[in-house]
Amino acid sequence: MTDIETKLITLASKRFDKDATGFTATDDFFEKLGIDSYQAMDMLTEVEEAFDVEIPDYELNGVNTFGGLAQVIGRRL
Amino acid sequence: MSELFGGVGGDVRSRVARAVLRGEHYRSLASRWVKGDERPFRDPEAYARLGRRATPRSFTGEALRWQHEGETLLVTLDHGPVNEIGNLMLDELEELSTYLERGAGGARALVFYSAREKGFSAGADLRELYDGIQERRRDGVPLLRQAHELRRFIDRIHHVFDVFDTVPLTTVAAVHGFVFGGGFELALTCDVIIADKSARFCFPELRLGLVPGFGGIPRLNRDLGNGIVRDLLLTGRSLRASRAHEVGLISQVVARGEALNVALKVAEQAARFDRDTTALAKPFIKPLPRRDLDREKELFTYLFASPVVEAALKKFVESDDVRPYLP
Repeated sequence: MTDIETKLITLASKRFDKDATGFTATDDFFEKLGIDSYQAMDMLTEVEEAFDVEIPDYELNGVNTFGGLAQVIGRRL
Repeated sequence: MSELFGGVGGDVRSRVARAVLRGEHYRSLASRWVKGDERPFRDPEAYARLGRRATPRSFTGEALRWQHEGETLLVTLDHGPVNEIGNLMLDELEELSTYLERGAGGARALVFYSAREKGFSAGADLRELYDGIQERRRDGVPLLRQAHELRRFIDRIHHVFDVFDTVPLTTVAAVHGFVFGGGFELALTCDVIIADKSARFCFPELRLGLVPGFGGIPRLNRDLGNGIVRDLLLTGRSLRASRAHEVGLISQVVARGEALNVALKVAEQAARFDRDTTALAKPFIKPLPRRDLDREKELFTYLFASPVVEAALKKFVESDDVRPYLP
């Protein structure tokens, strides 16, 4: 996994109190984290703060995996 | 102030202040400063007298409640899931605006906050709106006529929001989580917005084939540069609290769960100032964008008559997407 993916998985699992053991970049983060619409929005805020980036919501259309989200983040670092 | 009222005594100053608020030409620059503003609250002294007589001083409805905390009127939005603004919420917001027009029980400041965990307000009640369209269709009412019926709702909420915008108290929105659409528009009526770090601000209306209908664009234009306004509106993206602070949309960003505490401190501080001075300064600091608010109502009504809106609402209410708000 890339550094961004590792940091992202650690951040998300801690935020939603999940054990990240076995999480991979290709995992669907909605499934793994079991989050609703409010928590998805909250995760975006956490990610923006942690990586010091701004991610317009429309860039997340169709993004469901940790790896996909890491790519979006990487384009803005 | 010293330039405006230089050398005049307290009584004269007070008369000038009241004259300016009444919109009279008082041989002063002040009359030009406030010319064109809407002032439902024209005389600070009369307003204060009204407030001392106002009863009852608390209210508990199905969507919101209010009570006095010292000199602050604390308004709590508490209607599931996230304070959607439909007919019930509007009825009770109207109760509140009437209370404000009658003196607000003598309060010196007002704080709005939400007791709902997920946010301040997710905006207009789109399910109620969609169900209403379907019901009226079954009654044989064409969309164009429905748009004219909806205009009555829009006129009512504009009146209420204009009262919140211009009431001669310092008003503070303490926000968290979803601050979307109509909820964002409610926050924008306030003099000061305090957001905790979970807050996100968004105007998703163009995705629905509409513009914000509760005064959002004119108030955003009043507060922000048009570049960020275009970005927010034309893409439907959301802003987190710290970014909203950077662009000047909100006054303070605070830790999660602390927005109300900080908002009450802001209100307490503002309440220490002279009542007349605040009443006089506010329309100068924050003029009501009357012409654009009227234009917005016309545009919203026109757009609502398009079948694009009904199709977009249908897609929204039937969506099982975890992020239905995404543009």
